[in-house]
Amino acid sequence: MGDLKLPGIDYGALLPMLILFGAAAVGILIEVFTPRRSRHAIQLTVAFLAVTASFVAVIVQHSTRKITIGGAVAVDGPTVFLQGALLVLGAVSLMLIGERSIERGGPFVSQAAITVGSQKDVKQAGDQPGMTEVYPLTLFALGGMLLFVAANDLLTMFIALEVFSLPLYLLCALARRRRLLSQEAALKYFLLGSYASAFFLFGVALVYGFSGGISLSAVHDAVANPERSQVLLYAGLAMIAIGLLFKAALAPFHVWTPDVYQGAPTPITALMAACTKVAAFGALLRILYVAFDGVRWDFQPVLGAIAVLTMLVGAVLAVTQTDMKRLLAYSSVANAGYLLVGVLALNEEGLSSTMFYLVAYGFSVLAAFGIVTLVRDADGEATHLARWAGLGRKSPLFAATFTFILLAFAGIPLTSGFTAKFAVFGAAVTGGQTWLVVFGVITSMLLAFPYLRVVVLMWLSEPNESTPTVSIPGFLTSAALVIGVVATFALGVVPAPLIDLTRDAAQFVR
Amino acid sequence: MEYAPATGTLSGIWLLVAIPLVSAAILLLLGKRADKWGHWLGVLAVAASFVLGLIFFFSLRGLDAESRAAQLSMWDFIAVGNLHVDFGLLFDPLAGVFVLLITGVGSLIHLYAVGYMEHDPGRRKFFAYFNLFVAAMLLLVLGNNYVMLYFGWEGVGLASYLLISFWYTRPSAATAGKKAFLMNRVGDAGLAIGIFLMFATLGTTQYDEVFSNVSALSSTTVLVLGLLLLLGAAGKSGQFPLHAWLPDAMEGPTPVSALIHAATMVTAGVYLIARSNAIFTANTVLQTVVVSVGALTLLMGCIIGAAKDDIKRVLAWSTVSQIGYMFLGVGLGGGAYALAIIHLLAHGFFKANMFLGAGSVMHGMHDQVDIRRFGGLRKYMKWTWLTFMMGWLAIIGIPPLSGYFSKEPIIAAAFERGDWTSWMYGGAALLGAGLTAFYMTRLFVLTFHGPERYTEDNKHPHESPFIMTVPLMLLALGSIGAGWLLSTSVPSWLEPVFGAEEAHHEAVIPHSLITILGLVVTVLGAGLAWSMFRRGTALEPQPAGVVVTAARRNLYTDAINEAVFERPGIYLTRALVYLDNKGIDGVVNGIAAGIGGSSGRLRRLQTGFVRSYALSMLTGAVLVVGAFLAIQLGWLA
Repeated sequence: MGDLKLPGIDYGALLPMLILFGAAAVGILIEVFTPRRSRHAIQLTVAFLAVTASFVAVIVQHSTRKITIGGAVAVDGPTVFLQGALLVLGAVSLMLIGERSIERGGPFVSQAAITVGSQKDVKQAGDQPGMTEVYPLTLFALGGMLLFVAANDLLTMFIALEVFSLPLYLLCALARRRRLLSQEAALKYFLLGSYASAFFLFGVALVYGFSGGISLSAVHDAVANPERSQVLLYAGLAMIAIGLLFKAALAPFHVWTPDVYQGAPTPITALMAACTKVAAFGALLRILYVAFDGVRWDFQPVLGAIAVLTMLVGAVLAVTQTDMKRLLAYSSVANAGYLLVGVLALNEEGLSSTMFYLVAYGFSVLAAFGIVTLVRDADGEATHLARWAGLGRKSPLFAATFTFILLAFAGIPLTSGFTAKFAVFGAAVTGGQTWLVVFGVITSMLLAFPYLRVVVLMWLSEPNESTPTVSIPGFLTSAALVIGVVATFALGVVPAPLIDLTRDAAQFVR
Repeated sequence: MEYAPATGTLSGIWLLVAIPLVSAAILLLLGKRADKWGHWLGVLAVAASFVLGLIFFFSLRGLDAESRAAQLSMWDFIAVGNLHVDFGLLFDPLAGVFVLLITGVGSLIHLYAVGYMEHDPGRRKFFAYFNLFVAAMLLLVLGNNYVMLYFGWEGVGLASYLLISFWYTRPSAATAGKKAFLMNRVGDAGLAIGIFLMFATLGTTQYDEVFSNVSALSSTTVLVLGLLLLLGAAGKSGQFPLHAWLPDAMEGPTPVSALIHAATMVTAGVYLIARSNAIFTANTVLQTVVVSVGALTLLMGCIIGAAKDDIKRVLAWSTVSQIGYMFLGVGLGGGAYALAIIHLLAHGFFKANMFLGAGSVMHGMHDQVDIRRFGGLRKYMKWTWLTFMMGWLAIIGIPPLSGYFSKEPIIAAAFERGDWTSWMYGGAALLGAGLTAFYMTRLFVLTFHGPERYTEDNKHPHESPFIMTVPLMLLALGSIGAGWLLSTSVPSWLEPVFGAEEAHHEAVIPHSLITILGLVVTVLGAGLAWSMFRRGTALEPQPAGVVVTAARRNLYTDAINEAVFERPGIYLTRALVYLDNKGIDGVVNGIAAGIGGSSGRLRRLQTGFVRSYALSMLTGAVLVVGAFLAIQLGWLA
């Protein structure tokens, strides 16, 4: 037996993830050792402290550029930027998750195992406080996402994928109202997610067969000097891509999105729309830019076709949606298409503009879902579009805020939607992908229709008796909304600081 | 040309614009809370600007003649690529005299308006707009580049629109506001394109840089540039062919007519040409066009003015005509620039005087404006009569009142142009002097003398309160003395702006003869009018010959506008609407229906069954893997 060589570990570089995982573990202990009444406050505090501490750790090592823990984790510009983005967006999602003043007990079920429709279920829906396991679960998910965007070998990436996916599957099932829908969504997400993970894992195996290594740099070297059949390479790349495209909700792997977005508790939908997107695109960027950039001319047309399909499917299907959450889900699909356009620029500008888009879109979509949590009637959230008619008359401030967010989604200037789209489209043109931009602009026009339809509905329709009320948001939701709207406006008016930040960060280590 | 940076007292010139602007903002923002004292704030703001203007004026006088210009760069207003526009102000002799005119006459008119608008519920708003106007006009004359000028230019356009249609519930006022706005837009577009052209060819819009580089431009460019600026000037100053809005603008309250449409705003065009003298002097064709516009407009104004019966409209047409004299002056170039500015300043006094006098008459006659329904008012309104008489004598050019000193030199300068055109332009100016004497005398006599022809409900005319007559007296003093004072001091004062007077051509007839001729036609015109209207006039329009009928219809210029622009415009709009409805909307609706339909069909694929989702993912996966392999095997690449 030779000496077992331990890899060097830079704990400082791993600290953001360690903090989150540690805090999540502590959160589970809190569930065990603290009385039920005080759990919510403690968990919420711990979660915020953990996210804040983790963010500080990211800031502290903002200039670190290294590969550590035996090549498993790469800490470089994109890692630091995307981890920071995930933590900020995650903190805002936590505000929505932690809100308990809109509905008694918060948006989560108190005991997920109670049979739907039973006496106990009716009772828990009425007044029992929601389960507090959601906080450790959220922290696990966020930690997994942080690892996902930093993973430097394919196995670490797979593990990170599972680490952040599993808590999300669970979280989807925990809605207080419409529990059957919620559970169905969770099960669908779980089944299809496992299915996609299987593709990913199979792809990893094939690529390992091709390159003889699992680190991204080993794959890169093998792509440059292939020694084995390229069938392995291409089949492997395709399957790894499928796994990631699923998480990023790109057509035709988006099919879960509307059902899951609709069924999941709205704060979790917000978390998925903002953070999962960042994580999935972060990993996609790393895979394509670091490992497979030697075959960029080969995957560009295939992924380009997927981007076009995604934009078209998202835009066209958004047109006939009648449920606000599904409408936002299809909008999220279309936005994944725009993000892929930025990714496919395959230049430094593409990298920086995609990262900018992720942050800009994250803030807007958090605000959008935050607003959805406020429109309620006796049965919880009223998400059917017809119910939103005339809301502008009843709650002008609320309707004005939502109108602003919708205009941002539609890419109207003075909002981050415009600057972000401009950035990715500009990068794609520079990268020679003008045809993608043409589709991008056409579908943007299509998408403007469903957004403006909602605006027209809110402002120009007469309110009727079934028009629900808009709840007064509590402190946490108000803060989340303010952050989302202010960021959407600020990034639309003075995008330069963040764009500079993404440019400085746009360099992977290999 | 280089402007020295503003130092010492002069670095405060921004206050001139800022004070009325802030006052306007306060009046608009405070709303009803300021109703009680708002008008006094308005008066105070303009008066403060006037005092400051005087201080700056005298500190400018304290400088050497060569360095009498102070430039104040405040911040980078626009910086895009090569385009750099300073937010900067320039205080030089030309700007100085305009500042004094605007704030001085402005203060008096503000004071008058306190009395005139006393019973109007919108008085505070009125003063807010009035202050806004003063601020914009000051910015216009104080800017140190064309973009600043344009800024002020649009500002006065806006204020003018708001004030013309101040009584917006009257359809005629609302229409007049729109007409003024639209016709001004035509001119403004010309000015804007001119500024673009300036930037495209010279790369700058700063006055000093533009003027010192004009010689580098081709003569065609200068001509086009000048014509565009002239279009802008004609729009703002109510010159042919964009003159039709000015008389209609009399729908606004009378102080508005006095301040905006007589004394200040309409002179912006003259200011623009005088300021751009380097451009206009550089091309003789351009000068000829300006002179022709001036001569044509001054005659048109006189002829139409002689056929009108509305007291304010007669004055409005006389404004059109008098500004024609100023255009004639700036078009002649050389020393006539200063003459035009003198006439502009003198006109500011006597026209404001007469407009406010007209307002005073209307005030005492229940808003009656028809001069056929006045007569003998001399008995009832002594102060109005006396001050109006000073204005009347001034405008027709009776020595030693101001019009004589300001108008007669322009007529003389027209005769000195040096070739056969001297006869044409000089003759027109001389004829205009006679006509002016005729229609102004008609106005004066029908209003204040002769038999009383009041309507039944209007039997008891009365004099206006002091707050209205005091400004009249001050303005009357200006009408008397301003001409002589200005004609002795202004030419040398403006020398740094327009350059030293060149030796001009020999006049085609001797100067003394011109003076005598001018007086003769004036006396003839006035005498004719006096004898015709001494005994009053018919109360109804009488059948008239071709000329009078044409004059009553504004020489058919409205009809021409309607035939050439309005009707084709309406037909074009209708055609476009038709095309839009049938063609474009059809296509758009078709596409929308197509997308909606396909959306509806595609939606059915979203069945909700996990197995069908998995199948579609599998299909996608097969396609993606297949595509990659196809590329690898070289089928697609």
